[in-house]
Amino acid sequence: MTPTQRPSAAFWLVFPALLMTGLFFVLPIVAALLLSFTDFDLYALARWDHLRLIGFENYRHLLNDPLFFLALKNTFYFVAIGVPLSVSASLLTALLINQRGVRGQGFFRTVFFLPVVTTLVAVAVVWRYLYHPRLGLLNYVLSLLGIEPIDWLGDPQWAMPSLIIMAVWKNFGFNMVIFIAGLKSIPRRLYEAAEVDGAGAFEQFRSITLPLLAPTFVFVGIVTLIGYFQLFAEPYVMTQGGPSGRTLSVALLMFEEGFRWWNLGYAAAISFVLFLIILSGTVLQMLMRRFL
Amino acid sequence: MAQRLTIPLLRLWPGRLVAVLMGILGLLGCSSEHQDTPLSFWVLGGEGSAVRLLVEAFEQENPDVRVIVQQIPWSAAHEKLLTAYAGDAMPDVFEIGNTWVSEFEALGAVESLTLSAREKEDFFSGILDSSTVQGRLMAKPWYIDTRLLFYRRDLLSRAGFDAPPTTWSEWILMMETLRDRDAGLIKALIAPLGEWQLPVILGLQSGATLLDAEGCFGRFQSASFRVAFHVYIELYDKGFAPLMGDAQMTSLYQDFAAGRIAFYVTGPWNIGEFHRRLPPSLESLWATAVMPGPTGPGASLAGGSSLAVSASSRQKDKALALVEFMTRTKSLLTLYQMTGDLPPKRSVWSDPILSASPPLEAFRRQLDHVIATPKVPEWEQIASKIILYAERSARHEMTEEAALLALDHDVDRLLSKRRWLLSGTCHQGAVP
Amino acid sequence: MRDFKGGGLLIHVILVAAALLALFPFFWMVSVSLMTAEDMALFPPPLMPVHPTLQHYQALFDELAMGRYLLNSTLIALGVTISSLLINSMAGYAFAKLHFRGRDSLFRLLLAMMVIPSQAAMLPLFLMIKELGLINTYAGIIMPGMSSVFGIFLIRQYLKSVPDSLLDAARIDGAGEFRIYRSLILPLSKPVLVSLAVFTFMGSWNDFMWPLIILSQEDRYTLPVALANLMGEHVQDPQLMMAGAVLTILPVVVLFLLLQRYYLEGLVAGGVKD
Repeated sequence: MTPTQRPSAAFWLVFPALLMTGLFFVLPIVAALLLSFTDFDLYALARWDHLRLIGFENYRHLLNDPLFFLALKNTFYFVAIGVPLSVSASLLTALLINQRGVRGQGFFRTVFFLPVVTTLVAVAVVWRYLYHPRLGLLNYVLSLLGIEPIDWLGDPQWAMPSLIIMAVWKNFGFNMVIFIAGLKSIPRRLYEAAEVDGAGAFEQFRSITLPLLAPTFVFVGIVTLIGYFQLFAEPYVMTQGGPSGRTLSVALLMFEEGFRWWNLGYAAAISFVLFLIILSGTVLQMLMRRFL
Repeated sequence: MAQRLTIPLLRLWPGRLVAVLMGILGLLGCSSEHQDTPLSFWVLGGEGSAVRLLVEAFEQENPDVRVIVQQIPWSAAHEKLLTAYAGDAMPDVFEIGNTWVSEFEALGAVESLTLSAREKEDFFSGILDSSTVQGRLMAKPWYIDTRLLFYRRDLLSRAGFDAPPTTWSEWILMMETLRDRDAGLIKALIAPLGEWQLPVILGLQSGATLLDAEGCFGRFQSASFRVAFHVYIELYDKGFAPLMGDAQMTSLYQDFAAGRIAFYVTGPWNIGEFHRRLPPSLESLWATAVMPGPTGPGASLAGGSSLAVSASSRQKDKALALVEFMTRTKSLLTLYQMTGDLPPKRSVWSDPILSASPPLEAFRRQLDHVIATPKVPEWEQIASKIILYAERSARHEMTEEAALLALDHDVDRLLSKRRWLLSGTCHQGAVP
Repeated sequence: MRDFKGGGLLIHVILVAAALLALFPFFWMVSVSLMTAEDMALFPPPLMPVHPTLQHYQALFDELAMGRYLLNSTLIALGVTISSLLINSMAGYAFAKLHFRGRDSLFRLLLAMMVIPSQAAMLPLFLMIKELGLINTYAGIIMPGMSSVFGIFLIRQYLKSVPDSLLDAARIDGAGEFRIYRSLILPLSKPVLVSLAVFTFMGSWNDFMWPLIILSQEDRYTLPVALANLMGEHVQDPQLMMAGAVLTILPVVVLFLLLQRYYLEGLVAGGVKD
């Protein structure tokens, strides 16, 4: 028996959500695209006739801006190292927790997930202190091992790695939970059968776990990639993009151009380029899934 | 039978709930606009407690006015003020750095002020000028700021120097000696990489104009600025100053007290800070001196803060009254006593509190040689580019040549809108 | 699950070590927040305060208006949670169980939009909020926060398992869709609603960038914004900042510990089922 068709009730049910999404998300995105074709800045904020349509000029300038390429480089560095590190840490802990005979699975799951739910700014406060060259515990521990103190946040070489370490610590628990669920959905009898066939632990991992975990892997990869490309709060709170611009990310650059200098047109162009990058990364991953 | 097809949302309790919620939120949002509101006053940096004291006195004098003081750290001040402007949420009265006055004037964000002829004469002329745009006074100078050389007398005399340096070469010689000889010394000079003031001061001292005469193009590759920039970078190259940013300045006062710093270029607020944070036994050991210049005592920055009234304020007379109160002689003296901020009025300087204080002697003399930064609205952005390229050059990520070329290039781009608005006034071109 | 006999002890050791690493910063946060200035001056720095003190927490509430920030965060998070739960559950039901033209393509479109970074919308959104006069208001944060494609997705996913026959029976009895939503769907979706509520509340509580942009007056700051402000001003006062940090994360940690089952289940439902 077919359900009674009630299109107008359905309309009213989805209307509020669609209205909010349309008004506060879709509309601004479209406006941002338009904005990126203008030279909207402080002068324009004061008077409308100070606004000009400049076509692709913002994008052209972006391609010639050394600061943009620096931000791009930094962001890619963060993603290239951070994503694999985070995903591996998540997978590893998921595998460990999921072993038969491991006690307190729920406890460990909770503990590893805790950093995920905490506020980033609060986490940044304590990590900044841990990273302090003289007063921080990290350098104290290093000194016990006889290693010279590192200027974690002030040395251009170490600033981004420091942020990566903190970011991985903070969100590996998220993906871990997803991996655990994925692992649990693999039927035990597959392993038992492989055991009977004489396959060792590593062989089981390679031929059962990995292939069956592939969809989860791709999902986790995409979500982490999207998130990491949007790196903003960590450099904003910990290093303000320094030292020497080494932790300036694309999102941070967009924020600075947009909300610090009010070059809204230019900032909008940056945000669209960021969107395109994320989109390509996502599509790439999905293509990889199809062919692997 | 089946009910009517469409039930208006409001007949449904979730819809009603949402509507009520939005109504409450709307009220919460609007509430501040329609009632009799107190005056909002934003102060920047550390003047908080002094201002609260003064505000109490003001409220006593004007019982029908209430003032709410909000303190904004300097690092976020420019950003917050602009955000408030962009969001139509400016405070009634606010402190504004002198270098930003032209920017806020260009935005139409500040109300122009009038002074009596007598009061006008009382201000140091250079200071009044820095807050004047095209003949109109856009903010009332509140305190002046210039940069001076703070130094540890005992460290210098131990190294064989009886007087502070007056020329660049003397200064460099002293720092060389201190660096090479004094084993307990960690830093001869503190010059954080996040500050634009020192390279700009050195540039102004060598006669560089930083921008061309109309403020249309950058002139950071001029011969005079090149010389100054080189001197600045050498401060790090020669090991006088460590490469560090603002964030690592956490132990400044302890280090200075412990004799681990010989020189520090900073402003008058640190007179107050040093009084507060250093043990009294150290009073006689540190002193201030006029900035050394290329060939003799040099110029410094004409900085400071002024008080501005927002053009969008709905209580302008009360706002103006607050500004007037804050710039009275008595208020300026209180401000000085509590924070070390220097008054912009000559008459206040003749008060014994100021005229008898030794560290102020140097400031008084320096105020006769101060130069203002170019008065363009884009100055703050330009300053951030100076910081960026100075740091990259100091860390040897770029040569000085490349850094100055990139700086001019960026500055020219920053000024492009201004050139369009001023079309016709820009005569000189960019330096190729 | 693989059998890993013999390696059992090693695994536990590794897990415990990892757990210590995960928890240590929080332990340190609490520890430093209770230290006096004398404790801080000791070298090597003690792991636990020698003379624990609550003075910093006191200072936060007395001198720094922490109570106000706590209130702001709570009201805003509640506002976002309640309103978004309402509108997203309605939409989730419609997408799951009602048929209308373009339903599936519209849903796919919504899903695709999850790829777009929210920062792209922030610039014009700021101008829009300003025109509406909602700068520095709760509404300025709550309204943009109400729509959540993830929420619609979760609820739709969950409701798909509700048997159609149940709904049809109600329809035959003459109930309208709203009535069905109110009396049948909402009670049935309690688990997913709790999950979503926890997600949304925590997400709003921890939100930083947008409140940073929108809130210009101190008295409206949420905890993360106030904490960032504190970091700028009181860089010489680590204990104070740690106390502020502890206060900021305490509510969400407690919420998580109490309701983690719902949170984690919701997360998994959204993730694994793809």
